[in-house]
This record gives sequence, C-alpha cells and structure tokens, in this order.
Amino acid sequence: MKAILSIVWKEFIQLRRDPRLFPVLFISPVLQILLLGYAANLDVRNIPSVICDMDRSAASRVLLDEFVNSGYFTVRARLERMSEIDPFLDNGQASMAFVVPRGFGDRSAGGKPASIMIIADGAESQTATIGVNYATMIANRYAQRIILDRFDRVRGPGQKPVLVNAEVRVWYNPELRSRNFMIPAILGLILMIMTIALASMGIVREKEAGTMEQLIVTPIRPHQLIAGKLLPFIFIGLVEATFVILVARLWFGLPIRGSLLLLYGMCLIFMINTLAMGLFISTISRTQQQAMFTTIFFVMPMILLGGFVFPTENMPPFFQLVSRAIPTRYFFVGVRGIMLRGAGLAEVWPQAAALLIIGTVLFTLSVLRFHKKLD
Amino acid sequence: MKSLPLGRLRSVIKKEFRQIRRDPRSLMFMAFLPAFMLIMFGYALNFDVKHIPLAVVDQDGSRASRDLVDKFRTTEYFDLKAVLPRTAAIDPLMAREAIRAALVIPPAFADDLLAGRSPAVQIIVDGSNAMSGTTAAGYVGAILQSYSQRITLQALARRGLGRVTLPLTTEVRVWYNPELRSAMFLVPGLMAFILMVIVTVSTAFSIVREKERGTMEQIRVSSLRFRELILGKVVPHVAISLVSAHLVLVLGWVLFGVGLRGSYPLLLLAMLLFLVGALGQGILISAVTRTQQVAFLLAFLTTLLPTFILSGFVFPIRNMPAVVQAVTYFVPARYFLAALRAIMLKGAGFGAVWDQFALLLAFAVLSLGMSVARLARGEKERRPRRRARA
Repeated sequence: MKAILSIVWKEFIQLRRDPRLFPVLFISPVLQILLLGYAANLDVRNIPSVICDMDRSAASRVLLDEFVNSGYFTVRARLERMSEIDPFLDNGQASMAFVVPRGFGDRSAGGKPASIMIIADGAESQTATIGVNYATMIANRYAQRIILDRFDRVRGPGQKPVLVNAEVRVWYNPELRSRNFMIPAILGLILMIMTIALASMGIVREKEAGTMEQLIVTPIRPHQLIAGKLLPFIFIGLVEATFVILVARLWFGLPIRGSLLLLYGMCLIFMINTLAMGLFISTISRTQQQAMFTTIFFVMPMILLGGFVFPTENMPPFFQLVSRAIPTRYFFVGVRGIMLRGAGLAEVWPQAAALLIIGTVLFTLSVLRFHKKLD
Repeated sequence: MKSLPLGRLRSVIKKEFRQIRRDPRSLMFMAFLPAFMLIMFGYALNFDVKHIPLAVVDQDGSRASRDLVDKFRTTEYFDLKAVLPRTAAIDPLMAREAIRAALVIPPAFADDLLAGRSPAVQIIVDGSNAMSGTTAAGYVGAILQSYSQRITLQALARRGLGRVTLPLTTEVRVWYNPELRSAMFLVPGLMAFILMVIVTVSTAFSIVREKERGTMEQIRVSSLRFRELILGKVVPHVAISLVSAHLVLVLGWVLFGVGLRGSYPLLLLAMLLFLVGALGQGILISAVTRTQQVAFLLAFLTTLLPTFILSGFVFPIRNMPAVVQAVTYFVPARYFLAALRAIMLKGAGFGAVWDQFALLLAFAVLSLGMSVARLARGEKERRPRRRARA
C-alpha cells in the first residue's frame, strides 16, 4: 500500500510540474459542458424557409399562414417566381420552400383538387425529413378541414364524419428537449476523453523519457505501479464528473431522478473502462505520438457508435454487434436511465454488469501486456 | 540571397519527412485512419427511425379499434411488441426500454365514432430520446390522420357524394438528395470531422516534442527563423493529409455514391485551405504547451467534441444560442463542411462559397501567424533569463 501511495504522490508531483495541466483538467470540462450543452440541440424548429405564392388568392394566404404560424418554419423571403428559389437553397439561406401555383384559389373554390409544392434541401437530410413531415401534416389538416366544411354544407343522413384526435403524452422528458438526452452523454464523453488521454500517456511517457528503467529496478511490483498511476486519474475524473453534474443540474436544470450514488457508481466503473483502455494503448505504443493516434482509433467509435446521437438500434447487424463491445453504449443508457427515468439498480444492472465485464477484460489485457513488456 | 532561406526551408522539410518516416505506425495512421473510419462509420450510422417498439392497450375491443391497431401493425415504422390489458402495464415495459411508444384506445372508441363525437386516442411516447420521440409522435399523428381521412371519405361516400377526391395534394420535392439518403449527409460531415481530428493531432506534437527532448535549443541556436521552422513542419503534413483526404473522397464516391457535382479545383482549394488551418491549429497547440501530455489533452479537447458538435455536422448551428453560434466561428470544420456540402452535393460555384473560403483562409493565416508570434515571444522571455543565469 505504501508503495502505491508513493507512486500516487510521484504522479501528482509530475502532474503539477506543467502549470497548464490543472486549468486544462478542471476548467475545460465546465467550459465544454456549458458550450456543448447548448449546442447539442436537435429540436427542429424555425427551419429557414422561403414562400413563393404565385396565386395570391385568399385561399393561398390561408394555407401559407398555416405553415408560417406553426412555429416550425421561419420565413426568410417571399418570392414571386420559382426561379428565385434556387439561390436561397444553393447557398443554404433557406432549407425549405413552399410553392403555391397559379390557379390554386380558383380550383379550391370550384371544389377541384388543387396542389401545392414543398421543396426541401436534402443535403441536410434529417432537417429535411422532419420538415417535410411537419409540412405534410399541416397540409393534410388543411385538407381535412375543407372536407368537413363541404360536408357541413351538404347535410344529410348517415354517419357524421369525425376526426380521431391524438392525445400525445411524453414520458420522462415532457417537453421533448433533446438537451436532456444529450447532456448525460456529454458527461460520459468528457470523462472518457480526459481519462483516456491521461492514461494513454501514463506509461509511454516514462518509456520515452527513459525513466521506465528506473521504475523497473525499484522494488515496486507492476500491479502497484499500475494502481499508483491510475488512482490519481480516478480522483481527477471524479472531480471532473462532479463539476459536470453540477453544471447539468444547476445550470441546465436537468433532473437527476435516480440515486446520486448510483450515478457516481456508473461514472466510476465507466472510468475503469476508459483508464484500462488508455493503459492498454500506453503499453502498445512506443512514443507519445503513437499513443495519441491509437487513442483516436479507440475514441472515435466510442463517440460515434455508442449511441450518443446516432441510435444504436438503427445500425446494421454487424455494427450492432460491434457496438456491444463499446463501453459508452452502456454508460449512455445507464446514465440516461438514472437521470431522466429515475432508474434504480434493478433497471441499470445489465449496463453496470456489461461495463464491469468489458472493464475487467480490458484491464487484464493491459496488465498482461504490461508484464510482458517488463520481462 | 533568395536561395538561402529557401534552402533552409528545404532542409527543415527534409528533416521532418525523415522523422515522419522513422515512425511508420504514426504515418500509417495519418494516411489511412481517415479512410478506415469513413468506411466504418459510413456503413454503421444512419438517422432513420423505423421499427419503433410499440405496445397497444385496446380498452374498446371493437372492430373499429382493431382496425386502427392493424394500421400500426402493417407499417414498418412500428413493431407491435405487446398487447396489454391495462395501462398500468405500460410503465415497467417503458422503464426498461422494451417499448418506446404505447397506444391507448379508450373504451367507447367505436361508439364515439358512430355518434360523431371525435374520440381521442392516447399515445404515450418515451421522450428520453427526444429525436426518436418526436419522430414517433409524428408517425402516430400521420397514421391517425390517414385513418380519420378514410373514415371521413367513407362517410361522405355514404351520404351520396360519390367518390370524393382529396381537395389538396402536396407534391414534395427534395433537392440535391432526392431519396434523402443518409450517406449524402454523413459522408461530407464525417470527412470534415475525421480529417479535422487526425490532421490537427498530427502536428500537435511537432514543436512541443522538440521542446521536451531539448532539440528546440539546437534549433534556437541555428540560423533558422521561426516562420521557416513552422512552414517546414506544415509542408510535409499538408502533403500527407492531402493524400488521405483524397482517399476519403474516392471512397465516399465508390462505396457510398457521394459524387462530386461541383468543380474539382474548387474542392481542392477548399481542402487545401482547411488542411492548412487544421495543421495550424495543431502547431499553435504545440507552440503554447510545454509537455506532450498537455498538448495531447488540448488537441483532443479542441477538436473531438467541438468539431462533432459545433461544426453543424449533426446539430444545426441556427438552433444554438447566439453566444454558442459565435464560438462556432472558431471551428474551421464549420466552413469546410459548408463548402463541402455546397460543392459536392449542390454543385455550387465560387460565388456561393467564397465567404467560407475567406474564413478558412483567415483561420489558417491566424493560427500559423499566432504560432510564429508565440515562439518569438517565448524566445524574448527566455533570453534575459539566460543572461541572468550566466
């Protein structure tokens, strides 16, 4: 134990040697969560749009107002001709265009089917998909109203037409704020980046500086060395987690419905994963530069395949399998459950268990690899 | 006179190339990692929300309600996972994410329909993933709408109005990406993200390593100017990263069908400006740090999440608050991504992208200029100290 503590002490001294490290370690997580918490917002509202009303009738105005007043679209310009739409979509000033052709009002008044055109910029495909959905829904509602009006005018025997209303209730996140979904994941990503980057440098730095030999000739056992190197990072990680959780709770008003202890427990076992990964990288790299590239190799899939933004259930079967080996996947599900749904140990134990298993495998691998290096 | 500084520059470039060659693993990463990642993520990722697991509570049990449930059974957007007896049974299923949406049909659904009272169907959506929650609610709304429409049209027909046509048809046209393929959106985004991270990281050690190893002293006492040193470090990496960017470009076209609609020279210029800017950011990190560890942390912190989140790749910049939008101006991938989407997908000309080019150029000049200034300042601070020690 004393040997471990002396390594821990040495590590802290070494960490203090670069005066820029501590600000980077403790201020940047707060900055990142503040900035990214605001930025990671997928709520599609106020899609910039242009309106091209070639009919200029009362009916066309009523229909277009439906789009404008829905809150989903902001009008950037009102145009006269179709050809004027191109530049707006080309340079991204607008993502959607609503076109009402000439004769729309007359056809509607005459009871003939009329048509409108909705143009969307497919380069931003997810905005386009959602925007088109909203727009068709608004158009359908308008159509339905016309049918009902016509029906009222005829009045006759038989079944009265009715609308089936949807009464939507959203659980766990009633305002459907995507921020509530993103921030728990950002917590995980910040923790991961910090701990993996610190740990991956941990051993290779000694190798590069030539101090590894000195450590080997001391009576310190390899597992003591590893424990001593990783403990300070666990401490740093927990402090960072506290900062990030405080900002999430107090600044962004995110709920923490489950137990705080469980949340910290998840952070802790997640860090075992990332630290073990970092340690593994450190043992297989010769220089810090190699360690850095290898870290990217491990970190990118953790960001993209863990279900931060892109849902894991949409992935092709092979990548679903791959994502099962990715620790962030379990961390994200677990922490979102704890914070948003108030999940307890009964609900999150599969995630916790998966993290423990992956963590143990990674740890054993890197310790074995480390032993071999020493011999 | 002119050949002399160029000669010095050439020898720095030569030295850098030699140093890069000495570490074949890092060189491999620089050249091929972007391509590898594009293949992996290009296949893995998409945004389509389909097969949402759904539970149904049919409290009516009438023909009309079964009819409605069938509508949900036949669409690919929902997978009917369970038919539950009570609404209370929804809670545990939703909590462990066995279902993400539930449909509750009230007891008097069919009677209400017949009596002309508009019945309300309850939809419960798991909102913890706001995106798929919104989409799920949208799908349910659309299905109910088409169900109501059918009932209305049937009623009209029964009343002797004969075949009634819909009074309004909407014609939807999606420009640039008519089938709304995720690849069109993913490939340019991934290109900007992956290149930004790997390119920045590849120079983040270039100067700090010399400082840590003590070889910076040798450079200081040589006749080499700082701007020559920095230029000499950037040039080899520009060459390597241009090769890897082209690999990504070709793979995006061959594997994912994301071709180039605009002009190649314009795209090349965009890549060049962006790569120099990203390399400049790496050099700047290297110039302001003292240890590789801090340089590594800074390189990661300033590229990974900021590029992913602030470049407009997945999160629309216009949704962000003004302050955060202002910060996105310091993320070069933002301009590169806008230029890529415009040139590759929309076939835009110089007129539509010149502002992005100008900002990319400004970023490159600024980051490299600041690196030179920073090194020169460090030198000034160092001299008096050295004299004092002597």
